[in-house]
Amino acid sequence: MTVNELLNHGFNAVSLPEPEREITGVYIGDLLSWVMGRAKASDAWITIMSNENILAVAALADTACIITAEHVEISDSVKNTAELKGINILSFDGSAYDAAVKLHGLI
Amino acid sequence: MSEALKFHFTVDGEDFTSAGKASVQVKKNLRQLGLPPEIIRRVSIAMYEGEINMVIHAGGGEADVAVTEDCVEIFLHDSGPGIKDIDRAMQEGYSTASDSIRSLGFGAGMGLPNMKRYTDYMDIKSTVGKGTDITMKVML
Ligand SMILES: Nc1ncnc2c1ncn2[C@@H]1O[C@H](COP(=O)(O)OP(=O)(O)O)[C@@H](O)[C@H]1O
Ligand SMILES: [Mg+2]
Repeated sequence: MTVNELLNHGFNAVSLPEPEREITGVYIGDLLSWVMGRAKASDAWITIMSNENILAVAALADTACIITAEHVEISDSVKNTAELKGINILSFDGSAYDAAVKLHGLI
Repeated sequence: MSEALKFHFTVDGEDFTSAGKASVQVKKNLRQLGLPPEIIRRVSIAMYEGEINMVIHAGGGEADVAVTEDCVEIFLHDSGPGIKDIDRAMQEGYSTASDSIRSLGFGAGMGLPNMKRYTDYMDIKSTVGKGTDITMKVML
């Protein structure tokens, strides 16, 4: 499924410059080196990290989108940079586990 | 094409938020050259880890990337504190990163092991008090 199709399922758009990106898997993690090394291209990456460094990691690992779980707030500056750099970010009002379960039923 | 294509970057040691800039640019350049996605991914991961290390452990440095007929070569140079025990630094989970760095998601101690894992060749030369030079190659 595509990133923008998640919007009807409890995921909220924070930055959506590439709405048609296809999601083919899921990776959960907050340690950036693990995400860099283990997330696959086109994964939805679920994390509670919100600082600007997640943008470079998402760009380099080529994830389909970042999903911030647990009501984590993304600052306007990170949001604006994400839009500029073509990085999709969604937020989810539940745990990483709940987000993953939801994604499992969808993709 | 027998001449190597070369890219040079200065990695700013002050600015955490832009860390990874050089790696993202290299990724773009390699894409434009039409290199295979898996090669680009490996170069990106290795270079990002090296770039981040220069920012968090060495106060910045220089990065040079050369694309030749048979490999992508990444050369990183910094004039930071150097690495006392390279074998130890290469172990998964070993990190001297501070708590504030860890709270940003760095300091997992996986950087050097990732660089080794995702490249075909890696050489570290480091002198305490002088700095660190790292050469990595990903074969095409
Ligand atoms: N360029 C560098 N200059 C000085 N020390 C470094 C450098 N790169 C790595 N190190 C040392 O090696 C350790 C392990 O590096 P790494 O595997 O990337 O883990 P991390 O960066 O998460 O601490 C670092 O904690 C640091 O002590
Ligand atoms: Mg590191």
